[in-house]
Amino acid sequence: MIVRDTLASHDFRRKITHHVAMVTLFLMACAAILPLGFVFFYVVEQGAPAINWDFFTKLPAPVGETGGGFANALAGSALLIFMASLIGIPWGVSAGVYLSEYGRGRVAKILRFSIDILASVPSIIVGIFTYAMLVMPLKRFSAIAGAVSLAVIMIPVIARTTEELLKLVPSHIREAGLGLGLPRWKVTLRIVLRGSMNGIMTGVMLAIARVAGETAPLLFTALSNRFWSLKIDQPIASLPVQIYNYAISPYEDWHRQAWAAAFVLVVLVLSLNLTTRLILRRVDGKTR
Amino acid sequence: MSGIVANPYILEVEKLNAWFGQNHAVKAIDLNVVPHTVTALIGPSGCGKSTFLRCLNRLHEEVPGARVSGQVMLQGDNIYDPGKDPVAVRRQIGMVFQKANPFPALSVYGNVAVGLTLAGIRKRSILDEVVERSLRHAALWDEVKDKLKAPGTSLSGGQQQRLCIARALAVSPPVLLMDEPTSALDPISTAKIEELVLELKKEVTVIMVTHNMQQAARVSDWTAFFLLGESVEFAETRKLFTTPQDSRTEQYITGRFG
Repeated sequence: MIVRDTLASHDFRRKITHHVAMVTLFLMACAAILPLGFVFFYVVEQGAPAINWDFFTKLPAPVGETGGGFANALAGSALLIFMASLIGIPWGVSAGVYLSEYGRGRVAKILRFSIDILASVPSIIVGIFTYAMLVMPLKRFSAIAGAVSLAVIMIPVIARTTEELLKLVPSHIREAGLGLGLPRWKVTLRIVLRGSMNGIMTGVMLAIARVAGETAPLLFTALSNRFWSLKIDQPIASLPVQIYNYAISPYEDWHRQAWAAAFVLVVLVLSLNLTTRLILRRVDGKTR
Repeated sequence: MSGIVANPYILEVEKLNAWFGQNHAVKAIDLNVVPHTVTALIGPSGCGKSTFLRCLNRLHEEVPGARVSGQVMLQGDNIYDPGKDPVAVRRQIGMVFQKANPFPALSVYGNVAVGLTLAGIRKRSILDEVVERSLRHAALWDEVKDKLKAPGTSLSGGQQQRLCIARALAVSPPVLLMDEPTSALDPISTAKIEELVLELKKEVTVIMVTHNMQQAARVSDWTAFFLLGESVEFAETRKLFTTPQDSRTEQYITGRFG
């Protein structure tokens, strides 16, 4: 009787502990998304009212005047991301193909590890590296230097996504290709890689979303530009750097515009991420 | 050399050995194959029959650490000649796998045509003709002729396996290897594939690995019984199943081990 009662009271204590633990864990999980909620709330509250037609179409107004917009920064960011993709996508995809299809043994292990390390290098270090490699020798800040530093950030993301996706392709698919009398490189490119194209595209989009908001690597490379410029050998404006410049300025009107730009940037990155997820879900649905 | 007498064999395997690293998986196999016949390779799991099959189109060597010795004469020509390109060999000796594996992101049509399109043949009229002929040979045409544009992976399991057969036939290999082609299929799809194999004999020479002794008895003309990497007995199917010469063969086909 005593044993049974003791055990029953243990049961009761255990249930209480369980419920307290669960509620605590749940609240902690909720707290983790609080910053996200605040960021959104703030950016929308401050940024949305500041958005107007001028923001998209006008150049920055001369210092001291109000008005003007971010047209040069929007175009600059687009050009930087385009050039970074031109460099980073083929580079990253090739590296991923090598690691998945041909990389064996120690060399591949070292390469894979190095790519992971590259992914975790702070972006400001990438900026300084590009400064030393491109800006110093050319004696000039330039859009191309900015694009290279963004590409260096994209490469590991794209390479590892590509590798992981190609590894999902069963080996008998490759053997079927070889069995048809197709050379290995054709099997790799035209069957294995092509079959994973949707997934790789999502990896590319995530990499673009990642670099779209990068500021640090652009500070020493693309610098910024208050005028309209799409020359790749000249300093160029970009959304994040211009946000930074405007946010630390003493002018109320610039702060307003920085919020507007932040809002645009958040919407851009968010929609890239959401599109990617939608595509991924569609791909998953098809293969299952 | 008597050039007058035609070689009665399409494939002559002599002292074929295969290894995975240290593991000697296939041991000194000799086997001759008569054209337009079906040869079945039977034996318990791990007896080396699949590895042997994969040596016949030089696919075994694609596995890291794999090694082969011996020779395989295809129509009098050693496929393991140092100057031979494995890619060219594989065009001559097609293969169908255990699991149906249509290429993802390719349509039914694209899957059948891929051996040609990736070899640079672009002419629509040729492709159309080959695709239809191959699908007819694979007894799939009537079922898919209205959905040639659909993804290959959208077909049923049995249809996918016949699609893979059509894909292999499209490059018109004289020899077709089949590695347990029905082991993942239901009985009805299996019956269709077996019927198809009997039809295919008219066009190609088939060598088939099977786990199913009834299947070997139903479709093959010749049967080889493999055990522990060796070919224990190779004979006409009827002989092998009615009057096996080796006691191990007899024990296996009567179900006493394996």
